[in-house]
Amino acid sequence: MIDVSYYPGCSLEGTAKDYRESIETVCERVGIKLHELEDWNCCGATAAHSLSHKAAINLSARNLTIAEKAGMDLVIPCALCFNRMKAAEKVLLGPYRREYAYRFEGSIKIWDLLDFFCQDRVKAEIARRFKRPLKGLKPVCYYGCMANRPPTITDARNWENPTNMDELLSFLGAEVIDWPYKTDCCGASHVVARPDIVFNLVYKLFDMAERVGANCIVVSCQMCQANLDMYQDEISKKFNRDFYFPILYFTELVGMAIGEKQVNRWLTKHFVSAKPLIESVGLNL
Amino acid sequence: MSVQTPQTIVPDYSFLKKVEFESKIKASACFQCRKCTNGCPVTFAMDFYPDQILRFIHLGLRDLVLNCATIWVCASCETCTTRCPNEIDIAGLMDYLKESAEKEGIGIKDNKTYMFHRVFLDDVKKRGRVHELRLMNEYMLKTGEGVKKLKDDSWKQDLKLGLGMLTKGRLPLLPKGIKNKKEVKRILENID
Ligand code: SF4
Ligand code: SF4
Repeated sequence: MIDVSYYPGCSLEGTAKDYRESIETVCERVGIKLHELEDWNCCGATAAHSLSHKAAINLSARNLTIAEKAGMDLVIPCALCFNRMKAAEKVLLGPYRREYAYRFEGSIKIWDLLDFFCQDRVKAEIARRFKRPLKGLKPVCYYGCMANRPPTITDARNWENPTNMDELLSFLGAEVIDWPYKTDCCGASHVVARPDIVFNLVYKLFDMAERVGANCIVVSCQMCQANLDMYQDEISKKFNRDFYFPILYFTELVGMAIGEKQVNRWLTKHFVSAKPLIESVGLNL
Repeated sequence: MSVQTPQTIVPDYSFLKKVEFESKIKASACFQCRKCTNGCPVTFAMDFYPDQILRFIHLGLRDLVLNCATIWVCASCETCTTRCPNEIDIAGLMDYLKESAEKEGIGIKDNKTYMFHRVFLDDVKKRGRVHELRLMNEYMLKTGEGVKKLKDDSWKQDLKLGLGMLTKGRLPLLPKGIKNKKEVKRILENID
């Protein structure tokens, strides 16, 4: 059993409930025990770092203090929450730490959930429960911005061309396709005030995914998932195309590979139905 | 025929000093290679490119950088910061400029991106966490987007997505709050 602290973040309490369910179930199945951080608060997201550097750092710092007290490494699924927590970590361990209200000694490691899953010890647990290879799924891995950039904050090793998700999905037997837009931006929270920007960016992703022959896009961030999934119809219409890409969480693929029946329910919570794809490749449970 | 005379700019380096002192970001290290701009995904929506913003800061064109669309169009994707050969945190500068614009009340009226951030932080201030449904309602009200959508029929698309969320069980109607709301409120208080 691997014990870790867990920061779900606000979206996973709301619109990304599907991601949350898949994370919590799959972790339990592969022997990761998630301890939700006591009384965690919102990391402030883009709004906080846009309007107040200081408040943004303090919001995340409060969570780090709580996590350090709990004494276990901290895993964070949302790429933006992860990035904000890492930014606070660097400030609290840096030369300006005295300007902030919170203390953090750096005694625990802050993990992006995907990266946590890519450890050999977790893969070994998955292997023990492995039911069937995900043959026929031809995903492109979409990492987005925040889990990797900037490396001075995230401590990422391959920020221009990350490969950990590619390796994990190949390990699950999926026929992963390499592509050049792994870490291109989806526009994130601009979707509210500037959907025009998001539609342009996401269109480029779809166009490339189609050109390289992918049949689905796999993500590890609920913001990327929403931007690619919810507006696919609208984007198709706007650019006169006919895109069909189920947008799947990597945890759902782990679930499929270990034969977890609840996957079906998680998939019905997406806007673009994965059913036609899953049935066409014979992976239905 | 009118001859266009180039406008003369008298550089005012005090702005650069202020920016560097307050943001702790070394904007003066920029040698205008444009690597930041070349990798930026949203230049198509900007009025000035990221390298130009750096140049304007050098020249002391404060009003121009605080008023421009670019700082609000920036998606904080961190590509520029990652790639700058002089390790300048350009994304951090964009944030610094937004923060300054808000403080001075410049360029924030009718600015939907700004309104979204404001409403977001107000929501966090109330409960320590964000409740997406309330956040969206507030945003629609405050920006008048709701009324606009009613008029141009785009509400139908929103309704479709909203109902989709609801039937998929992804829209909890009641917000959750944290126990220590006061502490979070305090963190957010000193920014107004
Ligand atoms: S990449 Fe850095 S040095 Fe080059 S123009 Fe941009 S800010 Fe200046
Ligand atoms: S952080 Fe902003 S300015 Fe820099 S590349 Fe991304 S969108 Fe462009």
